[in-house]
Amino acid sequence: MSRTLTYREALREGLDEELARDPNVVLMGEEVAQYNGAYKVTEGLWKKWGDKRVVDTPISEAGFIGMGIGASMLGVRPVMELMFWSFHSVAFDQLVNNAAFVRYMSGGLCNCPIVVRGPANGGTNVGATHSHIPEALFASFPGLKVCAPATPADAKGLIKAAIRDNDPVYVMENTLLYGNTGEVPDPADGDHVVPLGLADLKRGGSDVSLIAHGRSVIHALGAAEILQSEHGISAEVLDLRSIRPLDVDAILNTVARTHRVVLVDESKPFGGVSAMVATIIQEHAFDELDAPIRRVCSIDAPAMYSPHIEPEQLPNPRRIVEKVLAMG
Amino acid sequence: MPARAKTKPAVGFADSPVNQTLTAEQKIGLYAQMVRIRRFEQVSLKHYQAGKIGGFLHLYIGQEAVALGGISLAGPDDHFITAYRQHGHSLAVGMTMAECMAEMFGKRTGCSKGKGGSMHLFAPDKNFWGGHGIVAGQTPLGLGLAYGLKYLGREGCCMCYLGDGAVNQGAFHESLNLASLFDIPVVFVIENNGYSMGTSQVRSSAYTGCLAKRAEGYAMEWDTIDGSDLYEVRAKTHVAMERARKEHRPTLLEVGTYRYYGHSIADANHKKYRTPEEIENYKQHHDPISVFRRKLMEEGVLDDARAEAIAKEAADEAAAAVRFAEEAPVPTVDDIATDVYWETDHGTSASKIGWHFFHDRSVPG
Repeated sequence: MSRTLTYREALREGLDEELARDPNVVLMGEEVAQYNGAYKVTEGLWKKWGDKRVVDTPISEAGFIGMGIGASMLGVRPVMELMFWSFHSVAFDQLVNNAAFVRYMSGGLCNCPIVVRGPANGGTNVGATHSHIPEALFASFPGLKVCAPATPADAKGLIKAAIRDNDPVYVMENTLLYGNTGEVPDPADGDHVVPLGLADLKRGGSDVSLIAHGRSVIHALGAAEILQSEHGISAEVLDLRSIRPLDVDAILNTVARTHRVVLVDESKPFGGVSAMVATIIQEHAFDELDAPIRRVCSIDAPAMYSPHIEPEQLPNPRRIVEKVLAMG
Repeated sequence: MPARAKTKPAVGFADSPVNQTLTAEQKIGLYAQMVRIRRFEQVSLKHYQAGKIGGFLHLYIGQEAVALGGISLAGPDDHFITAYRQHGHSLAVGMTMAECMAEMFGKRTGCSKGKGGSMHLFAPDKNFWGGHGIVAGQTPLGLGLAYGLKYLGREGCCMCYLGDGAVNQGAFHESLNLASLFDIPVVFVIENNGYSMGTSQVRSSAYTGCLAKRAEGYAMEWDTIDGSDLYEVRAKTHVAMERARKEHRPTLLEVGTYRYYGHSIADANHKKYRTPEEIENYKQHHDPISVFRRKLMEEGVLDDARAEAIAKEAADEAAAAVRFAEEAPVPTVDDIATDVYWETDHGTSASKIGWHFFHDRSVPG
């Protein structure tokens, strides 16, 4: 039996279950405890678990993320919230040089089982500094793992997998998805964990593959509906869910089924997730393609503030439909 | 430029509780450790200049008492972390010269399998967490190790060493604030050798009195230490470690010390930004090994014959470490992509799902 939960509630349920499962799991971040979370993801968890397990930090991203990394080397399992992933830049040395590389530089002697989570998206009219979409950036560092759930069920399953993973996992959520609802399996029916590295075919189709992650999956599903009803084109939608590790088999399988690919990616085009996926497809499935790979990314400029026009900078169903129709 | 002492001792530091209980053999052991550290680095320098060691080489020569003083006080739940001038700390925690030298030679049997080098030596089994290359980047980690100790309910502390160049980095100040705010059992130790690379303390830091006094802004205890006196380092560091272990309160220590060589051996200007007289004065009057040797001889604990034997043992150990490093195997190309992920190294079920690595091995080249 499943229930309908919001993406936010699903994340919270996942965090709550992991707090219950492992006494070394500790939530940290700005406003996560007494304020109940800037986006209310952690609402009620401080009241339930107390000061030791849910910790309000000052606005010191380098300090508290580095602190979590250090504690994780001793066996604590910190789950740290960035109020926005956009704030990664002030903690970059900790997120990369320490979290990603300490295992390598110690020849495997150190271990860094941390989770850093928070929203990473544009589309909320907050300007370029608060609209970073850094999944490709962090996935480019060996030693890190990155995932970006699109649905409530995947949000819960992936946050649980991330917490149980013994490597640093960066979970990229989305403020525009927090209120979305969806079916989430009932805890009474067993532990709902979505493994990292496993994509999910959100819609089957035969004419074109739309490959996306995060909120772009929702847009791809919207576009697929229009393509079917208005143009008679059968699009399938593959949700990557995890960026690194990446489900390359699922990517190659969908290419082999439809022979046409549009990559939908809220990243900027240069070095975005879709750039990597395109490279993999041409390296491993070149002969399967009946047309060049096309991409719908954010328009290549810093994030636009204007609420009138920002939606057009990001992927949206109209842009995806136009791109598919232009493939001929 | 040794920091000004905040407090004058009523008695000599040799008579402080942690030093008074030392046996003659323990004192000789401390002396021998400093001699080992220096000899290891002198031999490292020779092989760096011969091209056997790559990258940078940041020597600790002149600063030996600083690391040894604190580390010699370690209990079972005390942990240590430092920056890139780290050979002294590595040997003081009990790492072998051989594993460290092999690492610097880039060999597979080095402590980090040839993946870290001189700046990244680790021994978690000895509570030693490196070895970090970015100035002040290790300070939040030291804070976190101490946070972890408190979280896990262990009575210990983390000694987090940093250079005087690190005191102006934001991560350090964030760490001080969090340490005091959260009552974290950490001791930050500024190893003040007077220069952040080629920039002297007065040209890089704004302060009143001394750098450690900045702790007052964070409601944190602080003290200054003469780093040429091993007894003083031990006596004052002990107070800070006990404060951390028993009261969960952090301390900021500033240890005045000096490095005879440049920032690294690649520092071409190290004789330009300071005078030969300054270097010579420290060697003559403040060298931690000479100072301690003189004290032990005055105490009747050490004589010339024993000191010579210690020097020879250190030289022999260093020579053997070089032989080990020379003969050790080099890493293979296949080794490049191990020790990246815990899950793939352990072949777990999670590691079997999806691609973790993206180098294209399907075609040669």
